[in-house]
Amino acid sequence: MRTTTPRRIAAAIAAAALGLTSACTAGGGGSDDGGPKAEDKQTIQVWHGWSADHEVKGFEDAVNGFRKLHPNITVKVTGNQTDDQITNAIRGGTPPDVVASFTTDNLGQFCQSGAWQELTPRLKKSGVDLNIFPKAVQDYTQFRGKRCALPLLADAYGLYFNKKLMKGNAPPKTMSELAALAKKLTVRDRDGRIKVAGFMPSVQYYEHTPQHIATSFGVKWLGADGKANFSRDPAFTEYLKWEKDLLDWYGYDEAKRFMRTMGQEFEASNPFQKGKVAMAVDGEWRTKFIEKEAPGLDYGTAPPPVSDARAAQYGGGFTLGTIMGIPRGSKHADAAWEFVRYLTTDTGSLVTLANALGNVPSTLQALSSPDLRLPAQFGTFLNVFKHPGTTTSPSSPNGGDYLVQLQKFVQDEWEPGKAQDPARALKALDEKVDKALKLAGG
Amino acid sequence: MTGLAAWTAAGRERRRGERGDGGPGGGPGARGGWSAIGARARRRRRLRVLAFLSPWLIGFAMFFGYPLLATVYFSFTRYDLFNLEYVGLTNYRFLFQDEDAWHAMRNTLWLVAVTVPLRVLFGLGIAQLLTHLKRGGAVFRSVFYLPYLVPPVSATVAFVFVLNPGTGPVEHLADMVGLPMPDWFNEPEWSKPGLALLGLWAVGDVMIILLAAVLDVPKHLYEAAEIDGANGWQRFRHITLPTISPVLAFAAVTGVIQTLQYFTQAMVAGKVAAGQSDQPGTQTVPGYPGGSTLTFPQWLYDEGFRQFNMGYACVLALVMFGVAMLFTLVLLRQFRAFTDGEAS
Repeated sequence: MRTTTPRRIAAAIAAAALGLTSACTAGGGGSDDGGPKAEDKQTIQVWHGWSADHEVKGFEDAVNGFRKLHPNITVKVTGNQTDDQITNAIRGGTPPDVVASFTTDNLGQFCQSGAWQELTPRLKKSGVDLNIFPKAVQDYTQFRGKRCALPLLADAYGLYFNKKLMKGNAPPKTMSELAALAKKLTVRDRDGRIKVAGFMPSVQYYEHTPQHIATSFGVKWLGADGKANFSRDPAFTEYLKWEKDLLDWYGYDEAKRFMRTMGQEFEASNPFQKGKVAMAVDGEWRTKFIEKEAPGLDYGTAPPPVSDARAAQYGGGFTLGTIMGIPRGSKHADAAWEFVRYLTTDTGSLVTLANALGNVPSTLQALSSPDLRLPAQFGTFLNVFKHPGTTTSPSSPNGGDYLVQLQKFVQDEWEPGKAQDPARALKALDEKVDKALKLAGG
Repeated sequence: MTGLAAWTAAGRERRRGERGDGGPGGGPGARGGWSAIGARARRRRRLRVLAFLSPWLIGFAMFFGYPLLATVYFSFTRYDLFNLEYVGLTNYRFLFQDEDAWHAMRNTLWLVAVTVPLRVLFGLGIAQLLTHLKRGGAVFRSVFYLPYLVPPVSATVAFVFVLNPGTGPVEHLADMVGLPMPDWFNEPEWSKPGLALLGLWAVGDVMIILLAAVLDVPKHLYEAAEIDGANGWQRFRHITLPTISPVLAFAAVTGVIQTLQYFTQAMVAGKVAAGQSDQPGTQTVPGYPGGSTLTFPQWLYDEGFRQFNMGYACVLALVMFGVAMLFTLVLLRQFRAFTDGEAS
């Protein structure tokens, strides 16, 4: 029998080394440095993720107000920066002074790891009252009492409806009404194929994720103990049953076929813009897309419907948004704080940015600014955003993994009918999510 | 006396001593002097060899030795990229509870077992065809190689669109001739075969090295075999295959390693087929449809960079390393056995 020689083992090791990621080998992070006072002459680096020309210009316009107010601080802005780039810069000890992230779900990690600085002492010192932000916004910018970010614009979700396809019906206010109207407005061809869907409930329909739709049932994502709450909160079962009932009415295979042919979310082929669906839940940004890509579309917006038992809560919805903070190791932390404070609380700056980007300004005062120049349909999102019943999904130390796991379950097991017993399936999902949370130190 | 001469003389002396035949001037004092010079020369020679090897050794230490040791070290910690906490075997225990990791491993092994042999066979088949072409060899060589040059993301996006049963031309053409077409990237049963098809389409890399190997087989061997009355299959089986077996081994080993790292195409195919936008800040479920395109490296990335479990991601990296090494050893052994068998 042939034996394996050391030379061959060495060759195998060298070959297999190609497959070994070096992701696990990076070094440590930087250190906090008091740096100069905000009044000193200095230059601060600001990183954000916007990349389109109109977005970059909008940000620059918003920053110009700060430049006038603080002529001693030169602001250098760099766009198109991702969370990975920010994290690498912090770990390399050369972070920018201010960072903005679109991934609100990463806030738990930013706060827990200390990658982003705790802002509470600075907020107190500057006398910033957090109540200038709606409750939901206060929630998604903190993790377990540690506030390491402030909101910079927000997304709010609402119901879009195509007035022509609605055939004179008023937008639904409850999920039962939504299901009934969806059936009524659906048009099929002679073979039973969907030509126009009243409302496509599947989680595979772009923004109809559990995160956005289950909110209408008043779900509580995590328990007070920080653990998964899927099996303990009956609202999840209610959501699942509603979703499956309507999907089965379309027929799972037919709904899948329809979704394969309906176009892309962020292109002119978007099915709502093309009149392939009568109603859809979407973010406020869709108004800008419609303005640009389907200017002739006659549409309206309304708050998302709520479950029948929560009819009194109608008007609220789901919100999440861009977060801004000061990374660990910032060399000009005081000036950086002045910048963060200005951009996230100054009405003029927020309105400038909201007008340019088509997002919801994130303070209550900015919501009622007469300078907001947004389409008439946008008013719904401003109202949803400030509604006391509007909620968000809490941060977790593992990047909101519980949301991904729920969506995966609905998409891969629940919708195709592989999971028949929701109670049992949700219990198993809880266990899975809790194990992952524990691994991440949650 | 030069170092080399001294080394040679000392070596001769040592060999004589080992044989026990003494020699002129071979007293104890003289032997001690010779061996001292010999030791110095040997040391100098070793240093010279080391100096020549040092660029590789430094590279190996920096880009393999250190990463490997660091990966092992981090695998015993909870590491979120900023804070490090020793957790013993927790990450290893979690591996056995992580259904997604095993699911991703099964998908990856499927791709290795199906895609690698198919690509080698297909590449070899095209190489054989090209060697027998009388005219237009250069044109066909380019035609078969070109798809490999298409960036993987573009190629995958195009593949998913072309094979989309709702909007793609393939379904339309198949309909015209009455051929049923599977729903390639939307059915869990067909998504991996779809990726294998994509791999076959871009087989240019394997084809080109096998073509070079086939063209390098000495002609006189074929001529001799023909004189002996060997038919085409016998010439291929007993001349071509044994001669190109080191290149086949290379293609297979690198193919296995590449497929174990399969990431881009699987991720892009899953996202495009699901209609998911890759907007910053959005959370997407990897592996659409039904987790069928979730590969092991995707899960490793997900754990490390989405869930910030770097310690556990290191465990997954070590598993991938172990599997790659195992495959490499087995393949090298098989090819060695084949070559030796042919030689004997």
